[in-house]
Amino acid sequence: MKVLYFAWVRERVGKAEEALDPPAAVATVADLIAWLSQRGDEYAHAFEKPKVIRAAIDRMHVKQDTMIAGAHEIAFFPPMTGG
Amino acid sequence: MTVPVTIRLQEADFDVAREVAALSRGNTDIGAVVSFSGICRGEEGGDAIAALTLEHYPGMAEAEIARHAEEALARWPLTGITVIHRFGRIVPGENIVLVVTASSHREAAFQGAEFLMDYLKTRAPFWKREEGTSGSGWVDAHDRDDSAAARWAKS
Repeated sequence: MKVLYFAWVRERVGKAEEALDPPAAVATVADLIAWLSQRGDEYAHAFEKPKVIRAAIDRMHVKQDTMIAGAHEIAFFPPMTGG
Repeated sequence: MTVPVTIRLQEADFDVAREVAALSRGNTDIGAVVSFSGICRGEEGGDAIAALTLEHYPGMAEAEIARHAEEALARWPLTGITVIHRFGRIVPGENIVLVVTASSHREAAFQGAEFLMDYLKTRAPFWKREEGTSGSGWVDAHDRDDSAAARWAKS
């Protein structure tokens, strides 16, 4: 799956997107955040407050208990501040 | 009749008067046009602002605005909607966002515009980075924007 990062999540992770293949045990968005956090200091820093992080699956807002099976594109970002 | 809905994300500035005229021209069903422009301030909490940089999620931003335009059309008898949101670097005095709604009567136009703005601020994937006198940083989301959007939730 393609994982995208925006705003300060992107800056902390140090990249805008990457292709990832998490293990089958990573079932939900929250699981994916926890799995990403183990991948290095930059990820741990980006996801240090998981509750603040918003997520979208295939360009639709989702809650963190949403299952990720079948997702093509998962995005992580801070609360929106446009307008 | 298909209601004209225009959604544009662009780096360039836009002309508010031209967008309002474009929405209402030639349509005699329109009795009210409401437009809201969001403009970059030159000061925030006592600090001078040199510029804002808007980042967005291409694809999702358009889709999210389109979903809310559909929702506005389902709720109010609107006869036209235009939403323009800029991205990139914006300096004080320049436009950031424009919402224009048209209807036969003013109530629907006002409410439709407020609804769209409230949802734009809390659901459309845009993020502001502020360049101030004491460095630059990402703008924090405001609880008041969430409360403003919450009033439109259907019970």
